[in-house]
Amino acid sequence: MLRMIAKRMMLIIPNLIGVVIVTFLLTRALPGDPAAYFAGPAADKQAIEQIRVKLGLDKPLIVQFGRYVNDLVHGDLGNSLSTGQPVVTEIKNRLPASAELTLFGLILSMVIAVPLGILAAVKQGSWIDHTCRVVATAGVSLPVFFTGLLLVYVFYFELGWSPAPLGRLDAFATAPAQITGFYLIDSLLTGKLETFRASLSQLLLPGLTLCIFSLAPIARMTRASMLAVLASEFVRTARASGLDNRTVIITYAFRNAMLPVITTLGMVFSFLLGANVLVEKVFAWPGIGSYAVEALITSDFAPVQGFVLTMAVLYVVLNLVIDILYGVIDPRVRLDA
Amino acid sequence: MKDNTSTVAVPAPKAENNSIFRHARYVVAENPVTGLAFGLFILIALCALIGPYIVPHDPLASDTTATLHPPSLHHWFGTDQLGRDIFSRVIVATRLDFIIAIASVALVFALGGFAGIASGFFGGWTDRIVGRISDTIMAFPLFVLAMGIVAALGNTVTNIVIATAVVNFPLYVRVARAEANVRREAGFVQAARLSGNGDMRILLAHILPNIMPIMMVQISLTMGYAILNAAGLSFIGLGVRPPTPEWGIMVAEGAANIISGEWWIALFPGAALMVAVFCFNLLGDGLRDLVDPQRRT
Amino acid sequence: MKRREFLKSATALAATSAVTAPAVFSPAKAQSRAETLLIVSESGPNNLDIHGVGTNVPGYEVSWNCYDRLISHEMKTVDGKQYYDKDKFKPELAEDMNVGDMSATFKLKKNAKFQDGTPVTAKDVKWSLDRAVTVGGFPTFQMAAGSLTKPEQFVVVDDNTFRVDFARKDRLTIPDLAVVVPCIVNSELVKKNATEKDPWGLEYTKQNTAGSGAYRVASWVAGTEVVLERNDAWVGGPLPKVKKIIWRIVPSSGNRRALLERGDADISYDLPNKDFVELKNAGKLNIISTPYSNGIQYIGMNVKNPPFDNLKVRQAVAYALPYQKIMDAVLFGLAKPMFGAPADAPTQVAWPQPHKFNTDIDKAKALLAEAGYPNGFETTISFDLGFAGVNEPLCVLVQESLGQIGIKCTINKIPGANWRTELNKKVLPLYTNVFSGWLDYPEYFFIWCYHGKNSIFNTMSYQSKTMDGFIDGAVTAAATGDKANYEKDVKGFVDTAYADMPRIPLYQPYVNVAMQKNVSGYQYWFHRRLDYRALVKG
Repeated sequence: MLRMIAKRMMLIIPNLIGVVIVTFLLTRALPGDPAAYFAGPAADKQAIEQIRVKLGLDKPLIVQFGRYVNDLVHGDLGNSLSTGQPVVTEIKNRLPASAELTLFGLILSMVIAVPLGILAAVKQGSWIDHTCRVVATAGVSLPVFFTGLLLVYVFYFELGWSPAPLGRLDAFATAPAQITGFYLIDSLLTGKLETFRASLSQLLLPGLTLCIFSLAPIARMTRASMLAVLASEFVRTARASGLDNRTVIITYAFRNAMLPVITTLGMVFSFLLGANVLVEKVFAWPGIGSYAVEALITSDFAPVQGFVLTMAVLYVVLNLVIDILYGVIDPRVRLDA
Repeated sequence: MKDNTSTVAVPAPKAENNSIFRHARYVVAENPVTGLAFGLFILIALCALIGPYIVPHDPLASDTTATLHPPSLHHWFGTDQLGRDIFSRVIVATRLDFIIAIASVALVFALGGFAGIASGFFGGWTDRIVGRISDTIMAFPLFVLAMGIVAALGNTVTNIVIATAVVNFPLYVRVARAEANVRREAGFVQAARLSGNGDMRILLAHILPNIMPIMMVQISLTMGYAILNAAGLSFIGLGVRPPTPEWGIMVAEGAANIISGEWWIALFPGAALMVAVFCFNLLGDGLRDLVDPQRRT
Repeated sequence: MKRREFLKSATALAATSAVTAPAVFSPAKAQSRAETLLIVSESGPNNLDIHGVGTNVPGYEVSWNCYDRLISHEMKTVDGKQYYDKDKFKPELAEDMNVGDMSATFKLKKNAKFQDGTPVTAKDVKWSLDRAVTVGGFPTFQMAAGSLTKPEQFVVVDDNTFRVDFARKDRLTIPDLAVVVPCIVNSELVKKNATEKDPWGLEYTKQNTAGSGAYRVASWVAGTEVVLERNDAWVGGPLPKVKKIIWRIVPSSGNRRALLERGDADISYDLPNKDFVELKNAGKLNIISTPYSNGIQYIGMNVKNPPFDNLKVRQAVAYALPYQKIMDAVLFGLAKPMFGAPADAPTQVAWPQPHKFNTDIDKAKALLAEAGYPNGFETTISFDLGFAGVNEPLCVLVQESLGQIGIKCTINKIPGANWRTELNKKVLPLYTNVFSGWLDYPEYFFIWCYHGKNSIFNTMSYQSKTMDGFIDGAVTAAATGDKANYEKDVKGFVDTAYADMPRIPLYQPYVNVAMQKNVSGYQYWFHRRLDYRALVKG
């Protein structure tokens, strides 16, 4: 196990180096001039040049890159132009918001998609199977921001069932004490049930949007995996031994079918973290997705670089965790490794 | 003896043709949804081809005396904030979105498919380099990478296509590589080599055609993704330039009007977009069933 | 429509009771909701100090409300609305102002205190104004617009008396002391937090307000919200009625409108024009629309390079623009037309004022042919994506109209962050932009936009000795109080501008605010941001 982790670490390093280089080049290629931004709306060419020299932006790219890597090693991700705050602080503050939303959406999605997939597999070829496929596919065929806006319109504006899309908490509520950064967990830990209810109600619509969008891959994978397992020998044996359908499906087939689904979950989670940017914009969610989008639009290098780097590291860690989980669940994988 | 061979030789080719169509018919009967998807695809392609010639109004003509009209007999889908006919715009947009989808797919297939089979076939350094590039791309949150590319290069249709292709590159490499790996030692490849074919020739003339069926599945899924990607980019202002009609940008522009009650501006292009992506996705599923039933999901 | 309205109101009734139920759980919360004002906008400040590097416009709003200046303006009523009176000053931190020939002396209020309890002295005033003229960037630029450039001009006479020496006779010096930039900062507190690398303490004031103003920033989560609390010891004016202000950032305009309509937000001012018109017609909210002071949205052309160096081409464009279409479809009537003045109308001594061109495609085609482009030409039209809501449809309409006379334009969207850079390069052939000046005087506008000094706001690179003569003449006449020559020169430069047409004014935009019916006290200020100090809820 440790050897696998060590081997993985070795592979990660060149990846991360690649990510750092590509991000740096990409942000430098963005049209936009931080020197002009800093110099202010009334600056003439001279003033802008002065600021450019002060910021070190007139040095050749290599030197700038060297400075950037040096800062990275010291944990300094630079400052954001549009908010004026250090990127590290902002990411630290905003990551829990995005993570909570994505996890919530993912769990909601699993709760719906997995049973759907199992049902489709068990009743393969029937109209249930087709309906499941159509429903799941429909969810992923709409642009995610459109789904979000439709939900806001229907559930907040017309029906008033949902609270205002003002972010994680109503403007007049106070956030729970910062333990994990996840409002749901923190409010439960500190016993503030009112805050729990409030943050849950704010999470519903954006979570639902993400859920609709991720139904398809999870349902598909569950179905495929279940089909493969249901056709396998040990299931045939279980049926032949006279076990009832329920036991066969849930105790035997499902447990074994979950493995590929877990891999998919990891992929879907990282895909959602990236797709978050649009949902966060619609719901005024103070996460890193909206942070990155705004920074990109205003050609604000540092947050974009910080965001991408954070995501890359998260993705790598996530895959590692999944592989370890895989090894824990499935002894065959462990033996091979 | 002579009679035997002649009676055996003739029916064989006809039987082969029959079996493909029969197989297709069987799949469609098993799965009526796939048939629906095929039909929709043909409809969309038709719209893309002849749409601009048959629309009732000029999609670019503004008419400020008729802005924000709900659907009526004169304007089937209503008019937008500049008085342009939405029905005409939706139909004409089919062509642009279709082009975006096809161009993205063609590009990523050419680059990713080829890189994939090369790395699967040759292994060694080719494999390592392509793998590194692929991993680096996959480490980025895909939509953000697409955003970054379009922001850096400028928001034109070409750049949107390039961004979509880059973002899907690793997926195609993976599928192509796996397929090429499997066929590397196959009999027909050995035979080709023995007949004196060079490596390039083998790759292009023998391996590529053989992986086409599997790739077709991926291709149709990517077509749907390309359109959604363009829509997402339009929402943050990085989409195609106005006044070009394109479903994604029409939805993004109409999104703000939903609250004020002008639902038709976003709904019709949104529905068209959804139908197209839906069709491509189902098509992918159907093709998968047709081509390799073992891989059904 | 009717059914939807009914459903909306019915469900709104049912929903508000359901949604606000939790608030009623705690009566304290309901009470605090009544005393707090919730403002929603698209973007927030990136710096709480207007002297900071790269402070954005929302930051000016914080500065205005949390810091005091020596003087401010009285309010007057125009069309039933509260509008700042550019000619009448009122004491804010200074209780008395004595304007001499080449200097002005201010007596500070004896009981003026900073929010940490330290008394305000003339030393603080000098430090703050020195800071404004030294830090560079926009603040220094704005100070210079009123001939306030050197720290030597600011003199501490005694603890409570302060003098500003004029560099030259300039009508704009006193008004310049009332704008947002010369705010009075708590010098002792900030100096304590300054460093060698940062002698003016800009890092500290970026995150903390250190003023004597009516409000202080209690908390600021960049990009999410700003929470302000009233300073009960404020002496700059009558104590504000609102105790607490929450300013929330909500990027989606549809959501901002929904919040207003459902009563969950109290004020918003950056909605699309269409929403303002509809909200006004629905009658559930107070909508106040005021024209920008000294501001115009225009079509600019680069007059140094062909084809726009040709006067006839510019005139052709001026006849080809779809002025009324823009007013109707883009602005929904929420602007003052700057076109179509009657041919015999005399030139006013005022700015903005409309020009005599109007849409006339035939005349445009004829002029273009005369200019030597009978088949038109190709060009690009650029706009600031940061204001895409107005600029995009505007450019689409212009593109369509110019297409009718043979000028084929490609639309070039430039992201907000790069707009000024691109504009300052002065190579864009055709573009739309808006300019407005905080000091509401015609010569002020013309110095920046038309003078041969070629400031960055002269985006057209326009050079004309005649124009310069009139502008310089007007400035001198204003400084010496020579009314006759002033009027002659103002009319002169306006006529020259409309004869040469280097830029084509389209309209004078409106500042629109939407408020709940129980919110009042909105005042229009030259900076066009909200002044919380006069707002009343309930």
